[in-house]
Amino acid sequence: MAKISGRIRRYPGFFPMTVLCLILLYSPLIVVAAYSFNDSLSITLWGGFSFRWYLDVFFGLEADKFRDAAWNSLSIAFMAATASTIIATAASIGMVRGGEFKAKPASFALISLPLMVPEIVTAVATLIFFSTIGFARGYATILVAHIVFCIPFAYLPIEARLKGIEGTFEEAAQDLYASRWQAFRYVLFPLMAPGVVAGYLLAFIISLDDFIITNFVKGAGIETLPTAIFGAVKQGIKPNILALSTLMLLISVGFVTISYFVSRMGVKPGGYRPSAAIRKKKGV
Amino acid sequence: MAGIGGRSGESSSSAFAPIRAWLILPTWLIIGFFLVVPVGTMLVYSFLTKEFRGGVIWEFSLAAYDRFIFDRGLFGDEPPKLELTYITIFARSTIQAAAATLLCLIIGFPTAFYIATRPVSTRAIWLFLVTVPYWVNLLVRTVSMKFLIRESGPLNSFLQWTGAISEPLQIINTDFAVQLGLFYSYLPFMVLPIYASVERYDFALSEAAADLYATRWTILRKVLLPTVKPGIIAGCILVFVPSLGAFLAPDLLGGAKNFMIGSLIEEQFKGNAGNWPFGAAAAMILLSMVLVVLMIYARRQSGRSRE
Repeated sequence: MAKISGRIRRYPGFFPMTVLCLILLYSPLIVVAAYSFNDSLSITLWGGFSFRWYLDVFFGLEADKFRDAAWNSLSIAFMAATASTIIATAASIGMVRGGEFKAKPASFALISLPLMVPEIVTAVATLIFFSTIGFARGYATILVAHIVFCIPFAYLPIEARLKGIEGTFEEAAQDLYASRWQAFRYVLFPLMAPGVVAGYLLAFIISLDDFIITNFVKGAGIETLPTAIFGAVKQGIKPNILALSTLMLLISVGFVTISYFVSRMGVKPGGYRPSAAIRKKKGV
Repeated sequence: MAGIGGRSGESSSSAFAPIRAWLILPTWLIIGFFLVVPVGTMLVYSFLTKEFRGGVIWEFSLAAYDRFIFDRGLFGDEPPKLELTYITIFARSTIQAAAATLLCLIIGFPTAFYIATRPVSTRAIWLFLVTVPYWVNLLVRTVSMKFLIRESGPLNSFLQWTGAISEPLQIINTDFAVQLGLFYSYLPFMVLPIYASVERYDFALSEAAADLYATRWTILRKVLLPTVKPGIIAGCILVFVPSLGAFLAPDLLGGAKNFMIGSLIEEQFKGNAGNWPFGAAAAMILLSMVLVVLMIYARRQSGRSRE
């Protein structure tokens, strides 16, 4: 039997395809990271190892532009992720712990709407909307647009976590005369926390990632990192762009790695059982 | 096996039922006011008259949709001829998105299957490896791909160095470059749903087929594929839909010849064309196409669950 079950799980060519897949995914990133250390004005010829283009990103001619863009990107991502995580946490409790109600399917459709509408359509619609109500395009319009499309990304991990937590915990707390707020604050929220952190990090990355919507609603005179890079690349790829891209790559990979380990906290293969996690914490 | 199946529905408490409306209200307001209302405004705009250099005149007009289908000459007074420019752009986008979906499927299915048949302890690491590039900024990824495959880029230098080719390959600014870019943008959307359904697949079915002298490939075709089909369809939709309206990959990798819907719309608002009602109409048509795909999918899903 073991021989058969091994054979039917293995198909010739599937492993090489997996390797090909990983090569396709990683080679562009590795090549760009390698060339960002190229001590040459040309992006084609190798002129030895150096950090000159990283120094150029921070202190060169375009340093001010990149610094402003980085500040805008990071501050918008921070605020959009914070706002959308708070909104999504509240919504997830209402949806998962609110019992059955008529508007539930419609509410879920609304939460996932930003995922279904193509980004370019959202971009056009938001631009037209702000222009119709006469709201000047700038930092605030970018922030609002980011909060909207970050909500589903924050919501999904939080909802997944909440669904895995048994409802008996808050009920027990309320039986012991905890108010609804106390049951949330001292019982439910600590159990949800890994999902909330994962949702926050996801929303943060999604906000940093956005180009199309930002490009439409930003107005003149304000840039985020993606729009600044896009503008620069339109005139041809320069070595400092490779260095800047490598820095952004490292930030993303760092964030995802943290998110991966946080969301796995307390998760055992076979499902999440908070009772087991609590027992373990208390050392019982 | 705790936490699996319909059990969660029963055990889920409704401790927060009395205040659920207040909890969900912020989401309703924000998405309603800043996404649903804007899409409605866009629909209205697509029926307005264009103002030169962006903006609109508030006068009802079918000009935007008319322009999409008919060519009435430079001054709009010639007899209408069928206009193929925009229909071609939409058709090309559909074909490119379908080709990218196929590419994702050809490479993504074996990858997802391989990962799902690893020991449980290493699956998460493999999935992590496949999804990490997705979280790198899309623009950075697309620029990296452009850097790698451009005419004097590392890929061509490498191939020439190995002696595989004597002249640099023209990859950039071709259809294939766009497909490669879309593949790079959305691959995890294909791998994850297929992985999820192969992981749930009961290999006892394959064993039973093998006992009945089915070959490995027959088992794959007649037993495994029909069983994991929902995952494959979900993956195809998740890749196809965003590919259809993609902007960065066609714009940066495709060049002027491979104009797709995204660039057409962008040009109406950013470029010199400056026809807002026409851009709104094109966006409306794109949105309708996406909704049709999603509705067919939803109908199939609900039909499946009723069976």
